[in-house]
Amino acid sequence: MGCTAEDLAAALRSAAVVVREHRDELVELDRAIGDGDHGENLRRGFDAIVTALDAATPPTPGAVLKLAATTLISKVGGAAGPLYGTALLRASTAVGDAAEIGPAEAVAALEAALGGVVARGKAEPGDKTMVDALTPAVAAATAVDGSLAEVLAAAARAADAGAESTVPLVARKGRASYLGERSAGHLDPGARSTALLLASLAATAAGR
Amino acid sequence: MLAVKKIINDPSAVVAESLRGLGLAHADLLEVVDEPAVVVRVDAPVAGKVAVISGGGSGHEPMHGGLVGPGMLDAACPGAVFTSPTPDQVQLAVQRTDGGAGALLIVKNYTGDVLNFETAAELAAAEGTRVESIVIDDDVAVKDSLFTAGRRGVGGTVPLEKIVGAAADRGEDLDGCLAIARRVVANVRSMGLALGAPTVPHVGTPSFELADDEMEVGIGIHGEPGRARMPVENAEGVVARLLTPILEDLPFTEGDRVLLFTNSMGATPLLELYLAHGIAERLLAERGIVVERRLVGPFVTSLEMQGMSLTLLKLDDELRDLWDAPVRTAALRWGC
Repeated sequence: MGCTAEDLAAALRSAAVVVREHRDELVELDRAIGDGDHGENLRRGFDAIVTALDAATPPTPGAVLKLAATTLISKVGGAAGPLYGTALLRASTAVGDAAEIGPAEAVAALEAALGGVVARGKAEPGDKTMVDALTPAVAAATAVDGSLAEVLAAAARAADAGAESTVPLVARKGRASYLGERSAGHLDPGARSTALLLASLAATAAGR
Repeated sequence: MLAVKKIINDPSAVVAESLRGLGLAHADLLEVVDEPAVVVRVDAPVAGKVAVISGGGSGHEPMHGGLVGPGMLDAACPGAVFTSPTPDQVQLAVQRTDGGAGALLIVKNYTGDVLNFETAAELAAAEGTRVESIVIDDDVAVKDSLFTAGRRGVGGTVPLEKIVGAAADRGEDLDGCLAIARRVVANVRSMGLALGAPTVPHVGTPSFELADDEMEVGIGIHGEPGRARMPVENAEGVVARLLTPILEDLPFTEGDRVLLFTNSMGATPLLELYLAHGIAERLLAERGIVVERRLVGPFVTSLEMQGMSLTLLKLDDELRDLWDAPVRTAALRWGC
């Protein structure tokens, strides 16, 4: 069974709880190699998404994604706002007017999200950014022939491994790149938040 | 959340509460709009004049809100602390200040700032306002742009905003303002260092750890660590360490005329800042570089970071005259 607009809204609310739980961890990761605002920015953004979902009932999963996207773009600032916002906006376009998101739509949405992040941030794999989590997640999701929950579980596992792979990397994009060699040895906060969000979505899908 | 020793209430309300005070303190110059937050010149829009708009994360005060007023910025868009503003703030700033001659956005080169201002420029253009952007990247501490997000925009932002504001004031059109802005960006260079880290209100702990005998060289303005950590030096050593890479980068050479901007990062007192400024003047004179204009003080701060930056702008007659033109803002005020 697919994921309806209502299911997706609930999944985003759960993701907001996860973001809150990991806010301090993301702040600390960002403080090490950036400016320490990532955890707080995401918290602000996902709390704003919850507020937006309280005020409106988008009819389709695509409309839910679009509402979340425009909220992130208009409320967050920093790099996370436009990057996650663009990711969700592209995902929204990819699922179109579909009444439910199944495994095929989820793969299309993840591919579109990655395309959006790359187009906006111009980062490539290995630059020590969220792209390092999202790229393997898309590849893993594409390779799965199974249910929505299985697709998302594969994406989440790959994203987690991808995020961990950023530890030895020297940052070439974003504020961490100013550190040069000193950015090595740290987990990238954007890659970590991408892995956390996909894990949250996978957990919600598995629990339904 | 950790308690943090600052004169604040709720860490998430710091920017909004500070803006409220700014608006009350300078009601003759500016109006503070709430939700989304924008600081607007009180007499905006000025008919027929190019609107000059800037913005960025908060925590750099008086930049940018304290630079709003006749002869400088028409509007400033303050983001959360050290976080770029959102496109809706910039869009509102354009709407409130567009006097029919278009708007020039002054953007410091950071990933988030560029992304958000880019989005805003697209939205404003879709509404029919002509909008151009100038990205400033004057920090010589950051190397090769292929392997980083590019050089940061730091101290050079103040002379850029002053000079572009004066150009718009004297009636330059959008293309003219943009051309002058590009000339400033091409001729300005900066470098900073820190003796102690700032504490972001919603983080609660210092942005980086420095031992008592260490300094962080090549620092940015967001508490991000610099490129190198080394033992603290005396003022002669510190000023030379900042000035040399600036001079070599452009390069500045004998006979050049410059604006020298000696900036406090927030906690370094004027006593030390003037001391450092004096050394910088002497070092420049020794190289035959003529300091024609000066600015000394805390203008591009990083909360309470202890440290300083130096900025050099190569001047010609036109840039000097635009620098000298009347300005009336909370932080810079002369000639009127």
